[in-house]
Amino acid sequence: MRYNKHMIFDTLREAIAAERPVALATVIEGQPLGAKLLIDPNGAQGSLGDADLDAQVQADALTLLDAETSESRSYTASQGTVTVLIEVYPPPPHLIIVGAVHTAIPLTTCAKQLGFRVTVVDPRGTFATNERFPDADELVVEWPDEALPNLRLDRSTYVAVLTHDPKLDDPAVQIALKYPVRYIGAIGSPKTQAKRKQSLLEAGVTPEELERIHGPIGLPLGSKTPAEIAISILAEMIAVRRGKRLGPVTT
Amino acid sequence: MMQDVLPFIDECRDRSEPLAVATVVRTYGSAPRQVGSKMVVSQNGAMAGSVSGGCVEGAVFEECQLALKTGQPKLLTFGVSNEQAWEVGLACGGTIEVFVERLDW
Repeated sequence: MRYNKHMIFDTLREAIAAERPVALATVIEGQPLGAKLLIDPNGAQGSLGDADLDAQVQADALTLLDAETSESRSYTASQGTVTVLIEVYPPPPHLIIVGAVHTAIPLTTCAKQLGFRVTVVDPRGTFATNERFPDADELVVEWPDEALPNLRLDRSTYVAVLTHDPKLDDPAVQIALKYPVRYIGAIGSPKTQAKRKQSLLEAGVTPEELERIHGPIGLPLGSKTPAEIAISILAEMIAVRRGKRLGPVTT
Repeated sequence: MMQDVLPFIDECRDRSEPLAVATVVRTYGSAPRQVGSKMVVSQNGAMAGSVSGGCVEGAVFEECQLALKTGQPKLLTFGVSNEQAWEVGLACGGTIEVFVERLDW
């Protein structure tokens, strides 16, 4: 064996359990058949039998990890042509809902069906209750600007801002913009969006950063009920997650 | 996905029972399971997970048993089943490649 028995598998096992991003590369055609390289954002362990190949696969694995796509690729290495399977294990997606409002209830339930971990943030303890949100993984009864920095805000994080109250919504959007979260959606009419953008610009947010905000939140499905709005928000999150570019919003 | 078969792997490793892993590594055309789907087979013949809609699991099981004996990894290809009776293939018309290896890494 090129490595200690079970070392690669144990590291993979731990990373998946701890919900840390990790990728596993295996030579599936060519030599050394079955060789492994384990990749995470901090480095790699093991070898596919060639240092240059390891470096190339490491770079590709990080790109595939971000795209949440596992695939097999061919490489030319010192030992000849090899095919390498790159399996990615991104952390499970995490939806942070700011505002324990009516729409947040079906949004929580449907997001759980899609495999999201769901956290609901709202300082109003009468709204953010276990009775209203039995499906939420976590209820945080705090102001968004206190709560958000304590939550994981990375490429697996999606933020939906739903209160309609600028005192809550604007700080939440502003904090989310400081992190590489995959999705930021904010509720409100085009008029509300324009007002929010103006106040964010005044707070020092750049015009490029504002482009990251999906607002009005959700795909334009013509949703009327809270559940329909929840579906339009989740549909937009799926499109972002799967890298689907959508055309201009139509009314 | 590895997550689907981890509880089974943990059980077998607690008993120090050797395991073989089969993974979907490429698909062409319509295929029932995506790349990364896994089936795990223990030396005693217990199994978990799947690599297709049930079309090729029998053949993959045999290859897993072989890999457990020899330790030799292998890339398998399953195409559309033709009219020859009993041949293993995929009813959906796609092709899948499955990598089989002993879990000793």
